[in-house]
Amino acid sequence: MIHTLEPILREHPFFHGMEDRHIQLIAGCSMNVRFEAGQVLFHEGDPADHFYLVREGLVSVQVMIPHDGLTTVQTVGAGEVLGWSWLFPPYRWHFDARAQPPTHALAFDGKCLRAKCEEDHDLGYEIYKRFMQIVTGRLEATRLQLLDMYGKRA
Amino acid sequence: MASVLEQPEGVTAGLVPDPMLPMPYRIQRVRQETDDTFTLELHPEDSARGLSFEPGQFNMLYVFGVGEVPISISSDPDDAPLIQHTTRVVGVVTKAMRRLKHGDTMGIRGPFGSHWPVQEAAGRDVVIVAGGIGLAPLRPALYRLMAEREKYRKIVLLYGTRTPEDMLYRHELEQWRGKFDLEIQVTVDRAASSWRGNVGVVTTMIPRAPFDPSNTVAMVCGPEVMMRFTVMELLKRGVVAERTYLSIERNMKCGIGFCGHCQYGPTFICKDGPVFAFHRVAAILGKSEI
Repeated sequence: MIHTLEPILREHPFFHGMEDRHIQLIAGCSMNVRFEAGQVLFHEGDPADHFYLVREGLVSVQVMIPHDGLTTVQTVGAGEVLGWSWLFPPYRWHFDARAQPPTHALAFDGKCLRAKCEEDHDLGYEIYKRFMQIVTGRLEATRLQLLDMYGKRA
Repeated sequence: MASVLEQPEGVTAGLVPDPMLPMPYRIQRVRQETDDTFTLELHPEDSARGLSFEPGQFNMLYVFGVGEVPISISSDPDDAPLIQHTTRVVGVVTKAMRRLKHGDTMGIRGPFGSHWPVQEAAGRDVVIVAGGIGLAPLRPALYRLMAEREKYRKIVLLYGTRTPEDMLYRHELEQWRGKFDLEIQVTVDRAASSWRGNVGVVTTMIPRAPFDPSNTVAMVCGPEVMMRFTVMELLKRGVVAERTYLSIERNMKCGIGFCGHCQYGPTFICKDGPVFAFHRVAAILGKSEI
């Protein structure tokens, strides 16, 4: 008997309220993945052909800074979304991502999903709407980080 | 609420103390917390005249010959008359304060101001959101919550700092996490790859923190901009404004609402605050003209 990922998708906060037909389309582009502690999910500059919904564990988004070394700028935990570079050309990662503890996630094939969004613009609108919320949330958080709120000026 | 105008239990009754008169306190211990923050442990020279306080209240600390600054009390209310103040070295007075040693004396007036709604939170979830040194004024509330743990449902502490090295009370947080039924989530704004915890601003932890927003009391303390964004996230999650509290700092001087230095719209922070329910200050919070 083949088990699909639809029930898992429906339970994930990112897909709350999405129509069943859209969940079915998305499930066709998804798979379960597991990363060992320290395993790299992707490197800066690599093709961004997936995005991930973290189910368990923690992923560090990192950037190499000369003289400072690898610096973590964000972590993505259970219930959160990792990656939106698959949505926009040139479809390349801008950061590294590394699992901290062993991490379970759902991986979504970006090319597959982009093709389905082109075919079904309702699906595309749903996906872009949800990603826009993620992107605006991250932008706001990044602005707060830039303020250095807890620094000497605070 | 305790104040200098009430005689706390166990303290000898006598003349009503003058709230403008500092009481001499002796420094028992100075503890360096982080690179630029330290904690003073103080005991009244006259034990019978020690103060009692409620979580969230502040004292005016006087370094003789230098000046006076308002600083929240950060110790366990049940340890009074022994009190602790954690502060950052930011100006002339706190710089002089940092140079004080065991056995030195300083003046203390207080306690002043409003307090966290610890009793009112009974029967509810409690979410505490602290940013940077904002954990210090919330620490007495945590002590009180844990002393009566059975009265509350979930207790969640979300704590954000600049880097892992800037975390306050690290040892204590680890102890609490193991000892009490308390969810503690820490995040830092940036970290080297050796850091195994969360990275990101504290507001990003609110959407998935384990509490029931419909039955939650929230207490928030940190830099004002952090509090504004935190409150927005809490409201978005469904916590009501009337049960969302924040501690606001201004230029407190007299501590009793006489001098007007800390006027904040229609209120005086030293007397009506520093702890406010959000709905009381919502219209003026973040206004550059105020």
